[in-house]
Amino acid sequence: MRPNRSLEIGTGFFVLLGFAALAFLSTQLPGTGIKFGADTSGYELSAKFDNVGDLKVGSPVSMAGVHVGRVTGVSIDPVEYRAVVTMIIDKNFDKIPDDSWASIETAGLLGAKYVGLEARGSETYFKDKGEIENTQGAMVLEKLVNKMFAAVADRAGGTKNDAPEAGAEEKGK
Amino acid sequence: MIRSFANTADRVGSVTLFLARTLVACVPACSRPRLIVHQIYNAGARSLVIVMLCGLFVGMVLGLQGYDLLRRFGSESALGMAAALGLIKELGPVVTALLFAGRAGTALTSEIGLMRATDQLTAMQMMAVDPMQRVIAPRFLGGLIAMPLLVAIFDVIGIFGTQLIGVGLMGVDPGTFWSQIQSAIGLDDVAEGLMKSVAFGVACSLLAVYEGYHADPTANGVGLATTRTVVASAVLTLIIDYILTAFLL
Repeated sequence: MRPNRSLEIGTGFFVLLGFAALAFLSTQLPGTGIKFGADTSGYELSAKFDNVGDLKVGSPVSMAGVHVGRVTGVSIDPVEYRAVVTMIIDKNFDKIPDDSWASIETAGLLGAKYVGLEARGSETYFKDKGEIENTQGAMVLEKLVNKMFAAVADRAGGTKNDAPEAGAEEKGK
Repeated sequence: MIRSFANTADRVGSVTLFLARTLVACVPACSRPRLIVHQIYNAGARSLVIVMLCGLFVGMVLGLQGYDLLRRFGSESALGMAAALGLIKELGPVVTALLFAGRAGTALTSEIGLMRATDQLTAMQMMAVDPMQRVIAPRFLGGLIAMPLLVAIFDVIGIFGTQLIGVGLMGVDPGTFWSQIQSAIGLDDVAEGLMKSVAFGVACSLLAVYEGYHADPTANGVGLATTRTVVASAVLTLIIDYILTAFLL
């Protein structure tokens, strides 16, 4: 045995730890590898939306404000050109009526997107691999603002003064 | 005024020349890797605990402050992104470099200064051993190798510290926390932090060995040299940080 064994062990431990940290930073954070806090026990539902905004894998699914699941995949349907969102619902929440609405909502004014479920009165419940038929896509703030100004302009009879004012307001946003 | 300017120029020039001499001495020093391993242990492994502890607390404070700030805009979900960007690009390299200067830099300076004061360096020269190769280069390389690893460890611990507070205490959704980090952090951000850490490693190790090598061979001189190491390392780290950030942003 060499005399300075602890030196080698200490250095090796440090270097390994350092490279592990580097590997974590360069693969886990930018990539889409392991998702922390992902709970895979539960059943899967899917839903098609016209627009999902910046919904991401790992975003929460909530019902009446309570966290019930998590988004596991966002892809596009090649036929209908709509976004397909798959999500895992916790197995404790197995009595969700199968005519419930799913909508893309925003946490706070500018926060991250999440899927909100709204229960309806059906007596039958969603099963594993079920599809949510009733959906409402993401509200895009800019589109809403445009719509609002269009409505205002219509009501004012499209007078000349309105158009530049609306433009200025929009820029301010 | 002119005199102090001349002194500064003298010092900058002397440090630069010393860097060149050290780099030249690094080539033959690589043939004795055991010396370098020993210095990685001294500079890196022995700074590990303090770096991890500080990383944890910096991350936890970021969790508290970031949550409080972001809540005012209703965007707590961006906490992970804000903390991870701040840690990887700025806080990780800078705080680690400051800790490194305090923990490892002072040890290097006083060790080499004491070698100078007890004529060990002169004795080596008498035996035709170049102290630049035997003493300075391994210490410089050890610090240089240890710094990026310490920074990476600091970053990771810091992000977990933020998660501990943000997710555990404040109730930010863990899925959102990590997905926001993953979508916001690119490899270029990690590379930027890494480049900074290498630059700080060069600066802090160089100043530490330089001050030790040029310390007055007295008890007072070694003490003064140690102080100069910490002050100069901290100032140089922050200046380099500004310059690199301006270039890389």
